Amino acid sequence: MTVATRTLTRPGRTATSPLVELRGASKRFVKSLDLSARIGNLLGADVREEIVHAVDRVDLHIHPGEVVGLVGESGCGKSTLGRLAVGLLPLTEGARYWNGIPLVGLNPEAARRQQLKMQMIFQDPYASLNPRMRVVDIVGEAPVAHRIISAKARTEYVGLQLNRVGLDPTLMRRFPHQFSGGQRARIGIARALAVKPEFLVCDESVAALDVSIQAQVLNLFMELKSALNLTYLFISHDLGVVEHISDRVVIMYLGRVVESGSTPELFAAPGHPYTQALLAEVGKVVPQKRTYVPIKGEIPSPLAPPPGCHFHPRCPHAMPKCREAAPALKQIAPGRFSACHLNERGA
Amino acid sequence: MNPSLLEIEGLKTYFFTKAGVVRAVDDVSFTVARGEVLGLVGESGSGKSMTGYSIMGLIDPPGRVVAGQVRLQGRDLLTMGAEDLRQLRGNQIAMIFQDPMMTLNPVLRIDTQMIEAILAHRKVSHTAAREQARAALAKVGIPSPDERLVAYPHQFSGGMRQRVAIAIALLNKPDLIIADEPTTALDVTIQGQILFEMQKLTRETGAALIWITHDLSVIAGLADRVCVMYAGRIVEQGGVFDVLAQPRHPYTQGLLDSVPSRAARGARLKQIPGMAPSVLDLPPGCAFRERCGYASDACAAMPEMRPAGNAEGGQAVRCHHPLILRVTA
Repeated sequence: MTVATRTLTRPGRTATSPLVELRGASKRFVKSLDLSARIGNLLGADVREEIVHAVDRVDLHIHPGEVVGLVGESGCGKSTLGRLAVGLLPLTEGARYWNGIPLVGLNPEAARRQQLKMQMIFQDPYASLNPRMRVVDIVGEAPVAHRIISAKARTEYVGLQLNRVGLDPTLMRRFPHQFSGGQRARIGIARALAVKPEFLVCDESVAALDVSIQAQVLNLFMELKSALNLTYLFISHDLGVVEHISDRVVIMYLGRVVESGSTPELFAAPGHPYTQALLAEVGKVVPQKRTYVPIKGEIPSPLAPPPGCHFHPRCPHAMPKCREAAPALKQIAPGRFSACHLNERGA
Repeated sequence: MNPSLLEIEGLKTYFFTKAGVVRAVDDVSFTVARGEVLGLVGESGSGKSMTGYSIMGLIDPPGRVVAGQVRLQGRDLLTMGAEDLRQLRGNQIAMIFQDPMMTLNPVLRIDTQMIEAILAHRKVSHTAAREQARAALAKVGIPSPDERLVAYPHQFSGGMRQRVAIAIALLNKPDLIIADEPTTALDVTIQGQILFEMQKLTRETGAALIWITHDLSVIAGLADRVCVMYAGRIVEQGGVFDVLAQPRHPYTQGLLDSVPSRAARGARLKQIPGMAPSVLDLPPGCAFRERCGYASDACAAMPEMRPAGNAEGGQAVRCHHPLILRVTA
């Protein structure tokens, strides 16, 4: 049913299928019982497995050339969803498509080639680079292993890659610790681009950087996108960054998508109470004494999410219904989806 | 008009390492009045946290405050004896750190830690101290404070831990609170809650607040005055409205231009080229000149802090080529 609504919303897009699509994607992390718990259960103690619904029946589609921003607070499952999209984690439920073709049962060679088309850029430029490898090995290892280039051409190829991300190729014999945070972020980008991907998942890739360096790296992302025809899933908690770089925004809360829509529309008129609350906290660098009006409460544990709508304990508009039934993600305007019971009242 | 609560003059904090002298804080001067919120902004390595630590007397070897004065109500904290300083810290001045686990002892219950902080400075009964601790927790918006008093730090979430740290800082009704990036590690909705509490508390208690951060948007909403730091020095200071709306230093301007929310969506951000220099053996002259579009030969000499822009409002800038007022459309 969601597929039908989606085709309706994008009349111009029906011909092209999304580059990446997740349908009904769920990821559950289960902490299985250890021996003592199982013995305890035999003796009558009621010890249950702990299950975290990190991602709960999420539909996500990203069209070629699009930048989709994925926003949420810590623990909302945005990184897990990114890893599902790029294929670093297997789906518990649901299906993954590339150009409309389901990515299941591929033979190993096809799966390997498929995986090269999707790459990930990680959050921590310190932890995601092997400290014992030189830059030339970090960037050049994968293209040689996947026979994109010959081993002899490696130095020259790595030089080109470094040039493209704005690093001096003469530094390629250095180790990661000899670079600053911004330069390390560039090395991570060069490594991801070295295998000529079409789709990049950037997981908080600028969060660790100072604001002046962050601006440089954001500009680099935009330049590379138009130069190499890339498609991004841009995961961030920073709404200012997401507003700047994304065409479309998806807002997550506790494993579910609560709202999505085109960036200008969603930022101009947020529909879901959670989105409204989030946007109210976006700092504007306009000097103006503000009175902070916080939303109440904290993000509940994903181990024991509240019943019904996950946001209802913090929602200023919560109704009795919100405690009982989870609202479905429905289209409220062309291209706008929202999961809230308030939408039905207006209709 | 308002008598200054804290006056800092020519503060220099250097670290003497094997690799050379790190001038972490170099000739920093500013004042904070009662009830005022001063924002101390800068990128990593600019010396903003070290300024806070120097005020508190928390610089460890190989670091040392080599020059300057830090006067709290006229008393110089730098020449004060260790015992006098101990009486002051946690009493008249309090500090909130980025990581609340730096403030909280993980193996002691919250009530033990809070009561200890009160009894260290006040002659009150244990029961009265406990009651004060309870009231402080309630004041920072912690629900059911009676139950939370007997909890351990690990039983709190990140936002709640930061609230506890703030409650401890407020226990002895300090005149000055130094907050070092207290909301950086928190989610935006939780950051909003903490900023709300801090704003309310400074208004109620009249305490002065030094808010150290890299986030200009927090400064824009919270601070009265702002000091922008770069490579250990203040490069621009003044009223928050003057500095953020009409910056005079090219670095302040560059910093503001780098914030994505100010630019048109999808447009190229105006970026500052290069990166912040290492404060280890910094060459003489303006530290920003390598990255500055206005730099000239004059910049090889360190510029003095000079009034600029709204000088009556205290705006001053350390630059040979301060930006002139541009007509904004």
